[in-house]
Amino acid sequence: MSAGGAEAKEAPKYTKKDFESDQDVRWCPGCGDYAILSAVQKAMPDLGIPKEDIVFVSGIGCSSRFPYYMNTYGFHTIHGRAPAIATGLRLARPDLKVFVVTGDGDGLSIGGNHMLHVLRRNVNVTILLFNNRIYGLTKGQYSPTSELGKVTKSTPVGSADRPVNPLAFALGCGATFVGRTVDRNIPHMEEMLKRAARHRGAAFVEILQNCNVYNDLAWNVMYDKEQKLQYELRLEHGKPLLFGPQDDRRAVIMDGVRPKVVTAKDVPASALWVHDESNVNAAKLLADLFAPDFPVPIGVLAAVAGPVYEEIMLDQEQKAISERGPGDIAKLLTSGDTWRIS
Amino acid sequence: MSEIAAPAKGKSLKELDRAVVRFAGDSGDGMQLTGEQFTTESAWAGNDIATLPNFPAEIRAPAGTLFGVSSFQLQFGSQRVYTPGDRLDCLVAMNPAALKVHLRDLKPGGLLVVNTAAFDKRNLDKAGYAANPLEESTLAERYRLHKVDMTGLTYEAVKDLPLGTKEKDRTKNFFALGLVSWIYTRPLEPTLEWITKKFVKNPSIAEANTRVLKAGHAYGETAEIFAEHYTVEAAEMAPGLYRAMTGNRALAWGILAAAERSKVPVVYGAYPITPASDILHELALHKRFRVRTIQAEDEIAAITAAIGAAFGGAIGVTGSSGPGIALKGEAIGLAVTAELPLVIFDIQRGGPSTGLPTKTEQADLMQAMYGRNSESPVVVLAPATPGDCFYVAYEAVRIATKYMVPVMVLSDGFLANGSEPWLIPDPQTLPPIEIGFRTEKEGFFPYLRDPATLARPWVRPGTPGLEHRIGGIEKQDVTGNISYDPDNHDHMVRTRAEKVRRVAQEIPPTTINGPATGDLLVVGWGGTYGAITAAVERAQTEGRAVASIHLRYLNPLPPDLGHILREYRKVLVPEINSGQLVRVLRAEYLVDAVGFNRVRGLPLASEEILEAITQLVEGHV
Ligand code: SF4
Repeated sequence: MSAGGAEAKEAPKYTKKDFESDQDVRWCPGCGDYAILSAVQKAMPDLGIPKEDIVFVSGIGCSSRFPYYMNTYGFHTIHGRAPAIATGLRLARPDLKVFVVTGDGDGLSIGGNHMLHVLRRNVNVTILLFNNRIYGLTKGQYSPTSELGKVTKSTPVGSADRPVNPLAFALGCGATFVGRTVDRNIPHMEEMLKRAARHRGAAFVEILQNCNVYNDLAWNVMYDKEQKLQYELRLEHGKPLLFGPQDDRRAVIMDGVRPKVVTAKDVPASALWVHDESNVNAAKLLADLFAPDFPVPIGVLAAVAGPVYEEIMLDQEQKAISERGPGDIAKLLTSGDTWRIS
Repeated sequence: MSEIAAPAKGKSLKELDRAVVRFAGDSGDGMQLTGEQFTTESAWAGNDIATLPNFPAEIRAPAGTLFGVSSFQLQFGSQRVYTPGDRLDCLVAMNPAALKVHLRDLKPGGLLVVNTAAFDKRNLDKAGYAANPLEESTLAERYRLHKVDMTGLTYEAVKDLPLGTKEKDRTKNFFALGLVSWIYTRPLEPTLEWITKKFVKNPSIAEANTRVLKAGHAYGETAEIFAEHYTVEAAEMAPGLYRAMTGNRALAWGILAAAERSKVPVVYGAYPITPASDILHELALHKRFRVRTIQAEDEIAAITAAIGAAFGGAIGVTGSSGPGIALKGEAIGLAVTAELPLVIFDIQRGGPSTGLPTKTEQADLMQAMYGRNSESPVVVLAPATPGDCFYVAYEAVRIATKYMVPVMVLSDGFLANGSEPWLIPDPQTLPPIEIGFRTEKEGFFPYLRDPATLARPWVRPGTPGLEHRIGGIEKQDVTGNISYDPDNHDHMVRTRAEKVRRVAQEIPPTTINGPATGDLLVVGWGGTYGAITAAVERAQTEGRAVASIHLRYLNPLPPDLGHILREYRKVLVPEINSGQLVRVLRAEYLVDAVGFNRVRGLPLASEEILEAITQLVEGHV
């Protein structure tokens, strides 16, 4: 039961419009969230899930307004807690397809603990983490993914804390699906969303997102045409890690136990690092690669099968019921040591 | 159930109407088990019972120390027993530390049974005794002192069994149990049965415990130092089938009953915390009732998982103690504004902060009522006895789902671990829990309201055509759309409060224990029920015009309460806090209620409440 009984029902033929709610979208003009919303709404019909079986859960932050704009069930909750809300929801309703929408502050700062546990439990939810490296809704403080030395209102002479890497964090938590995509690449986003949504277990997707008001072009390496050409590494299962312009193709290879960038034509095909989504250890190395020393990988870093929390829990329940019958409170009350007074 | 007890040869058998016994020893001495078994024996004897386990917060407190002492007290009687008793008729002290800590509670002339073997130099030092008190005359003058070498007699009984010294030593609590069982003419059968069941895989240990239990019993019968023993007749209790019930188990079973009756699965989210963890342990045993337990990563995840489940159309329940409830505050607010049903158990303990984790207190009333940001009302209920926890948990689910509100249940450490003989109810007699999920598309809005309860519709995701979004941001009434409109906010604040107020429709007329008008009304709530009732009944037999009421509904308060309060000259409110309900009553009803407050981590004693009653009636305060 990957998305649970949801797949049993025949979903009508939807279009993007079917997933647009009647609420006015209230992000700042130019915010990357618009593109993500559009990509999600576009990807939805292809999932083939009746929209009444879909729930979007979010915490607090700009990204967390997301559920209001989806014409599905939605729950906009409290700061950082969406993964825990979603866990309870899945345990109550394994037949629903549950998405968690969060951001770098919501998901990795105040909700970091819940993110750890939803991933390690491998609850069947699709987690979209919009990473803009800033607190937007509270008007521009540095976030747990901001670079060291970040000058913001709360850090006038630069932040003193090192950033967390969301992908490395997710893999460290034992996530069974980890991917990255970019808000300015709608087709890639759609593809990632669909892959993640179809994964059985917790799927974690980092979406590099632009906050044009408080942290414009934080991901310029993925936006600027020239830089993107130089640094974007498209991960594809079974394909070697090659990137860069056609006339200057480069490769990431393993030099001993370290990744290294080399000119592609200088190494034999047998020495290339071929991407394998089932190799979580390799994914952990990929998670740490970033410009300027390395390319920026986008795509699916890891996708492996793992036991799903709520499936185990519900199997235990089914087993108990099939072996001993459903609970009977009258029987329970009179079980064990009792005595009669007449 | 009780047989007519014949006196042992050469010994006189006296009839008592009640007795208070406390077993005290090292944490490792098995005092809790001893007490529980003695309770079961007394239940077999048909007595009414109240118990008070008391143990250190440390899991393995250093042996022989004062803070490592663990005890179990019970009162059993041939009449209604309301409390575990204030002063002891019998104290069993397994070591010097136990004697030192507990002696002051023993009545003058009370029975004092000590294990002499433990009174060596090391243990005396640890307990801070300069000289061995057993060798001084004061103890024997003040109490009926029985010095018994329990350790030696235990070894003697099991000397030929293939067990190590440690294993042999660990059976000595059964010697004490056997001896006290003889003193009070308790049947040994339930303990013998328990031993057989418990040690089915270890016949040597079973044999050792059996022998030692019998040896203790035989010692009482033959040793000359015991000239008399006692019997306590069966109590006149309502006829029916009984079982021993602790508060935590009763809460868990109340939830099971609600799950069965409503046919809706339960998600129970909890993070381990004393003294609430046993609810999680108990519920985890009963998967067949479709109760799904999450041991969450923290208190916040525990409650938010329950809220997520409620959003999904399950009964969401979370349980904790005061420190955990503090962490859950923001999430409770979410359930208030999302208007989702939620049940929250708070098993109160001594605080603030970590406080006294294993001790009882009633100081979370204000937290339950007001301990959240902004206007965030919830329904607050409090059980009065361990068995009452069953009904209150069930009622909490009924109200939460009927009114779409969070309901907080205030139990406490005393109710949680204490047990009483509980008349097993017929579950069919419980009020129905009727949950009607909305499926009708026509005219649907997420915040449409039922005219009687003001509840909004509960919709299970998966229902076609009813897709909607809710959340923590203020929303327009009826449509549920985000709204920052000032008048709408004012309206919603009032509506959420009114919804809780309307729960008053559910409250039955208040039971008054005593005259409907008089000199003094004692108002209590929660676990002090027994102590207050015992004190008030004593005052009544002394001829005073005193009555008591015990509030199960704390928010909203019973509709007839204001009227009742005005029928008495004075109002006394005993609480294990610095005066919380008394403030509420004074604020709500402008009545000059007086508090009686002790915050010692222990249940209130009926004696001290009686004294407060006497003083107030006689006008000393
Ligand atoms: S503050 Fe930044 S992230 Fe938030 S809506 Fe505006 S642009 Fe988007």
